[in-house]
Amino acid sequence: MIRLENVTKAFDDTVAIDDVSTVFEGGRTHVLLGSSGCGKSTLLRLILGLIAADDGVVRIDGQVMEPPTRRALLEKMGYVVQEGGLFPHLTAYGNVSLAAESRAWSEERIRARVDELSALVGFDDDILRLVPTELSGGQRQRVSLMRSLMLDPPILLLDEPLGSLDPLVRADLQLQLRDIFSPLGKTVVLVTHDIREAAIFGHTITLMTEGRIVQRGSFADLSTKPASPFVIAFLNAQRPTEDMRGLV
Amino acid sequence: MSDTRRLSGAGTRPWLGIHRALVCAAVLATPLAGPLTACTEGRPTVRVGSKSFTESYILGEIVADVIERAGEARVERRLGLGGTGITYRAVASGDIDLYPEYTGTLSQAILEDPAATTVEDIRRGLHGTGLTIGDSLGFNNTYALAVRREMSERLGLRALSDLERHPELEAAFSSGFTDREDGWPGLKRHYGLELAGVRVMEHALTYEALAAGEVDVIDIYSTDGKLERLDLAILEDDRRFFPDYQAVLLVREDFIERFPRTWRALEDELEGQIDEERMSRLNALADLDGEGFPQIVAEFFGREETGVRGQSRILADVLHLTGDHLYLVFLSLGVATLVGVPLGIVAARHKELGQVELAAVGVLQTIPSLALLCFMIPLFGIGKLPALVALSLYALLPIVRNTYTGLISIDRQLLEIAGVLGLSRGQRLARIEMPLASVHILSGIKTSAIWTVGTATLAAFIGGGGYGDLIVRGLALDDNTLILAGAVPAALMALVFHGLFELLDRWLIPRGLRKTLSENV
Repeated sequence: MIRLENVTKAFDDTVAIDDVSTVFEGGRTHVLLGSSGCGKSTLLRLILGLIAADDGVVRIDGQVMEPPTRRALLEKMGYVVQEGGLFPHLTAYGNVSLAAESRAWSEERIRARVDELSALVGFDDDILRLVPTELSGGQRQRVSLMRSLMLDPPILLLDEPLGSLDPLVRADLQLQLRDIFSPLGKTVVLVTHDIREAAIFGHTITLMTEGRIVQRGSFADLSTKPASPFVIAFLNAQRPTEDMRGLV
Repeated sequence: MSDTRRLSGAGTRPWLGIHRALVCAAVLATPLAGPLTACTEGRPTVRVGSKSFTESYILGEIVADVIERAGEARVERRLGLGGTGITYRAVASGDIDLYPEYTGTLSQAILEDPAATTVEDIRRGLHGTGLTIGDSLGFNNTYALAVRREMSERLGLRALSDLERHPELEAAFSSGFTDREDGWPGLKRHYGLELAGVRVMEHALTYEALAAGEVDVIDIYSTDGKLERLDLAILEDDRRFFPDYQAVLLVREDFIERFPRTWRALEDELEGQIDEERMSRLNALADLDGEGFPQIVAEFFGREETGVRGQSRILADVLHLTGDHLYLVFLSLGVATLVGVPLGIVAARHKELGQVELAAVGVLQTIPSLALLCFMIPLFGIGKLPALVALSLYALLPIVRNTYTGLISIDRQLLEIAGVLGLSRGQRLARIEMPLASVHILSGIKTSAIWTVGTATLAAFIGGGGYGDLIVRGLALDDNTLILAGAVPAALMALVFHGLFELLDRWLIPRGLRKTLSENV
């Protein structure tokens, strides 16, 4: 479980996160939704301890995320970024196994775990031998997902994981990922600006703007009981208009 | 399990590349360090030095010939050392045992006592230094100024005092002459002279400059071989400024004690035996007829030269010096890599310290390479060691800078991810940062390598050997063949190094980064 208590973060004079308190319950998939610059990625980086809050605390399973606890807390978290963030000098296999190697796992154990993860995302060995530049965008994201799951962390943080993919691959992978996540029982926090993605993944959707949470609930909650005119505007902005339907 | 190896071998450990590079550097550095300390067994060795101009080379060879025939010791030739500062330090420190010097130079530049003009005065002045001089070899090679004969007639230039009336003239002087009290500064005051311009040039080149009309006045030696063939007029020293420059052997006293028979042979065969005319002719044989030193020495002693001659001798020299040159380049590059890469890492880690460090390494680079080589002499004497230290220092900048640049230009997000994956600092450096910076680091080492191949030619000035030996000798003799025999192999070696590094890139740079590179091109 991830809990944020009155978290504030500013960069220079710009307030990125403005007194946010919320809880991401364990075992569920939470979507952080909002347009770019709304603070959703910053929130994820605060949870990972990549940046420190100016005010307030982040707790992971009750423990405060701060320098002395960070290393231990990171063991519980996997992280996937837009375009994968794969190490270009390592093969897919090398990327996936890195965290385990750094913890001196045996080769057999690493191999077994990589096999499990390959099966999960539907890869064969040939793909794992390739370096990132030889992989397609969708493959890169799956390698990145495998890497984040290598140590089997209970929490998975995904920052626009499908953001750079073309629409068809994206739609396909959205469904695949949902099917991958559901049996794993992880606490997933997924950042996106895409409403369809939010609707597919999110047990809960947290809509943000200007560093604050506007509304939190299911997709049905947001569309039927919008908390403010912004929610209506945001949801409408990404819906095909009547006129466009006429064109198709 | 073989499958795992196949997978991990190809991709999961490409960071081995940098380790490989460092291991290469270490391996290069170790066995090569041997010869530095070797060469002390067997028959005792006498080291004969000379400066890097024709006459000094010839006298050095003649001295070496006498010593070899005396049979008490093996001769090691350390000929063509940069100049008085270098040869004097070398003989004073025992790096060489003796070399031909001139009384005027000894009194002015070394004893700094212009009143000590005679051989006896100078011997007394040297008392307590462990050094002494023999009697004059028989000629006075004094400084003089020369102009083109045509100009001498046109302007009525006969003596140095005539120059007073022509302040519009331009001169090219060798560097020693420009700086020394018994050279231009003193001459200028003594005669009250002003010239429109004074350029400092390699002595052998001043003749060309004079002949081409680029300058009007040059300094010459009274035994210059070119005097008899070029149409030059020597300006008479009508107010007696230039001191005597009697040629003598400057020798360590312990050499005379250890090899009395050899010293007696030198006295008997050389002292008072060479007059100006004879020296001038010997110089002309080298400078103008392009004869090799062995032939000149043979001619001097009136025997037939039996050894290898001309081209084949140069070829033998080139082969021998190639080994020398490679040794200098590999060892200094190895040391620079072992020192430079860690320095680059430190610079990338600590912002302020890094700036100081990069500035310091940068300043090293602004020291002219020849000057840097000379600074090494008081610390390390002459020969390979000071050359290696100077070359290593010189090779540092590209390696430190590229390591630094390679490390700081890594995508921050990748480093964050490495942190999230729980890699320790050491693991992050070895597995992520060094491999990602490897392209930069290798290109830094490559730059240094090619650079060092060039700079190493200067090592010859302090007795470090290498292709520079031929270039220095060629410059002294004004022999283009010799200069090219040194310069062309050096250029070829630079090309070979370039090619080798291209191959090394393929081996050391992780596959994924090579792909990125070729896609970016």
